[in-house]
Amino acid sequence: MSGKHTNEMRTPMRRVRGLGAAHTGTGHFWHQRVTSVAGIPLTIAFVAIIVALLGRSHAAVVQILGSPIVAIIMLLFIINTVYHMWIGMQEIVLDYVHEDKLKLVTLMANTFFCFAIGLASVFAILKLSFGV
Amino acid sequence: MADIDAGAAKGPQRPRPISPHLQIYKPMLTMVMSILHRVTGAALYFGMLVIAWWLIAAASGPNAYANVEWFIGSLIGRVVLFGFTWALIHHALGGVRHLIWDTLRGFEPADREFLTLASLIGSIALTFIIWAVGYLAMGGPR
Repeated sequence: MSGKHTNEMRTPMRRVRGLGAAHTGTGHFWHQRVTSVAGIPLTIAFVAIIVALLGRSHAAVVQILGSPIVAIIMLLFIINTVYHMWIGMQEIVLDYVHEDKLKLVTLMANTFFCFAIGLASVFAILKLSFGV
Repeated sequence: MADIDAGAAKGPQRPRPISPHLQIYKPMLTMVMSILHRVTGAALYFGMLVIAWWLIAAASGPNAYANVEWFIGSLIGRVVLFGFTWALIHHALGGVRHLIWDTLRGFEPADREFLTLASLIGSIALTFIIWAVGYLAMGGPR
């Protein structure tokens, strides 16, 4: 991907050992499948929780979101989703952004965004659960 | 890359053969849905901002939560939420379709058309069902 292989002296095996342009081989491909499988039941549960919370008072929402089972499902949903969307957006960036500096900045922004969304959501759920 | 450089050094310059890109094809359902899978994924990516906002507001207190409720109750909020619902369901069903394809099943023309159409119709139907249940749970549209 980056740089020209004009003096390519490495054998194909040596290159494969380097696990390709991303240096992680098929790791992300596989993780995207794992998180998509996990995402099926978690998304169904997430939608059910949202529907159940519609129109309820703040006190009721706090109580339901803070109850252990709901909080655990929400934590699983958030963590799974954030990792899934981090890989997905990285894939989109690698497909369309070819300029090196812009690519670097965009990939970094993707990581910051996903960490921020994930951490903020997890913190909120934990605070609702522990009620500090 | 090595091939291109070697070619340029050897022969006279001539345009490299390029493979046809998207605009040369008539839009097919499977192709449009493939694009839509990525588009809905990207939309959900930013839609997660609303989910995070909602959770933080719930954790912050009644006043912050009232702001979220006001937004979700507004016309724009409902359009965003409806779009988010459809994108989520569509991306989920599209994901199931891709998982089926990952097992090397469903690649025959009739099968892939069926899977693609089923996920589109299914996502629209499920979105309306979820909203109907949501409104029923709230005691009717407000």
